[in-house]
Amino acid sequence: MDIAKNTQVTSKSKINVSSILQYGGLIILALIVMGPFLFGLWTSFLPTNSIAKGSLSGSLTIDNYVAAIKTTPVLGYLFNSFVVSILRTIGEVFFCSLAAYAFVFLKFKGRNVIFYLFLATMMLPFEAEVIPNFMTVKSMNLLNTYSVMVIPFLTSAFGTFMLRQAFLQMPKDLKEESDIEGLSHFQYYWHVALPYSKITLLTLAAYSFLSSWNEYLWPTLTTFSDKYRTVQAGLRQMQSTETFNNWGMIMASAIIVVIPTLVILFIGQHFFKSGLNDGSVK
Amino acid sequence: MLKSFEENQLNDSKVLTTEDAHGKSKRHSDTLYAILFLGPSLLLLSVFVFYPMLKTLYMSFFLTNNFGQTTVFVGLNNYISILKSGSFLSSLASTFVYVIGVMVLTIVMGLALAVFANQKLRGIQFFRTIFSSTMGVSVSVSAIFFLFVFNPTSGLLNQMAGLLHLPQLNWMTDPHLAMITVIVSTVWMNLGFTFLVLFGALQAVPQSLYDAANIEGASKPYQLFKITIPMISPSLFFVGIVTLIGAFKSFGLIDLMTAGGPNNATNLLVYRIYQDAFLNGNYSQASTESIILTIIIAIMTIIQFKVLEKRVNY
Repeated sequence: MDIAKNTQVTSKSKINVSSILQYGGLIILALIVMGPFLFGLWTSFLPTNSIAKGSLSGSLTIDNYVAAIKTTPVLGYLFNSFVVSILRTIGEVFFCSLAAYAFVFLKFKGRNVIFYLFLATMMLPFEAEVIPNFMTVKSMNLLNTYSVMVIPFLTSAFGTFMLRQAFLQMPKDLKEESDIEGLSHFQYYWHVALPYSKITLLTLAAYSFLSSWNEYLWPTLTTFSDKYRTVQAGLRQMQSTETFNNWGMIMASAIIVVIPTLVILFIGQHFFKSGLNDGSVK
Repeated sequence: MLKSFEENQLNDSKVLTTEDAHGKSKRHSDTLYAILFLGPSLLLLSVFVFYPMLKTLYMSFFLTNNFGQTTVFVGLNNYISILKSGSFLSSLASTFVYVIGVMVLTIVMGLALAVFANQKLRGIQFFRTIFSSTMGVSVSVSAIFFLFVFNPTSGLLNQMAGLLHLPQLNWMTDPHLAMITVIVSTVWMNLGFTFLVLFGALQAVPQSLYDAANIEGASKPYQLFKITIPMISPSLFFVGIVTLIGAFKSFGLIDLMTAGGPNNATNLLVYRIYQDAFLNGNYSQASTESIILTIIIAIMTIIQFKVLEKRVNY
């Protein structure tokens, strides 16, 4: 009996040691991931003069937030980013799903060639095409508008592939049945294909929204007034014009900007997960 | 992706044989629909992807004036002079240091996060949410966070170094340290995405493999290298190549944190293209550099497709 008791004790302490290690590792990793954010959050509540002195303590205040909202266009930047990202998301989901539908359900001459053309665009980095694109939008008089940040991104090869994949997984009988019932392609697209692929559509929408929100180079090049600047171009503007002494206010603006996307990410988490895994396995 | 495309082609040929029964009119109406469905996307891609690519290629064979108009045809001379230019080559070298550093650290850190999050512990969901969170932090916000983390006087790192009586480093003004700064910031931004992909892959590894290894008394590191890593190799490869391609295209972080400096140490390829075109007005040189970037990205993408098609496997 003694022996039994002993082994029980050792195995119990072993579990404790290993779970301490497990939690210890998790906490260290969480601190690494959260560190820059927490540090920024802390700084955003510090008075300007203590940051300038290089001190990280002081009586906490919301002055930086008040200053950011009152004296900078940060809320306007947020609004612009929402407008641009929502328009791009709706457009990309709509046009990509139409294109994907054509590749899956329509038979037409040159389908394979066009499909390979789409495939090829994935090899071409947008960053290498900004010079002619800039000239194009300039000649179209689109500079410094919402359109300039929306129109070039209304479709994508990536989104088309993702939805094509989803449409290919639909049962073949569905199409045959609806053909017998006399459904047109538009009806089948709208009433059957889209609802059937809801999860993939939402995944693409979430992906599209975040990547649009993150777009930096293009809005920086094509907008030059606060009326149209998105958060990326706007924070750049603030950072270059504000003196480096006003770190507290820049930090507060950064925190204001990051909250909405973090909330969206947490709400949409599992769509990202399923979408990303589809991408990596297939 | 490619595999299912081939399947589709097979279906296609089956359809073609049965098509005689349906007659040709169906095919005609399909073509009309195809124009309607595919037209908008094709038009957009033509204007904003195919045309600019060809135009960039064209411009790279010419000299250009300040308005970006082509003047004198010079053949491959732009390429020759760029590949002989020391400043371009050093940009290219910095870019390679940066992308390799980013890729290796991203995979190591992402894997660590995924392995630790893949345990059955109370409250583990909280940690999983934290680990994926950097996906919601955009590039300009990250840059502002890290500019302050690395700030010489009040930055987190130098404050901590001060407390520990370690030397305080000039992160942003020393060329080598500045490179480390942008690498670390990029890796941090990549963590959320990398974690989600690798964690998803880990969850698909059958628990029975670990059970069997535990019975045989295999150590945790042994299990990591002999079971976990081989089992998730396709996802590791996917994450690696996506990170690599992304790093080659880095711009925002460089623009905000170092503006290519100090002493051109972080003047990476895309930042250089931007400077040459939009700050120096040297469009032909920027176009030539764009084509070199495209070649690099295209090679990476083809490798990605080829390997994922075969599936890197254990």
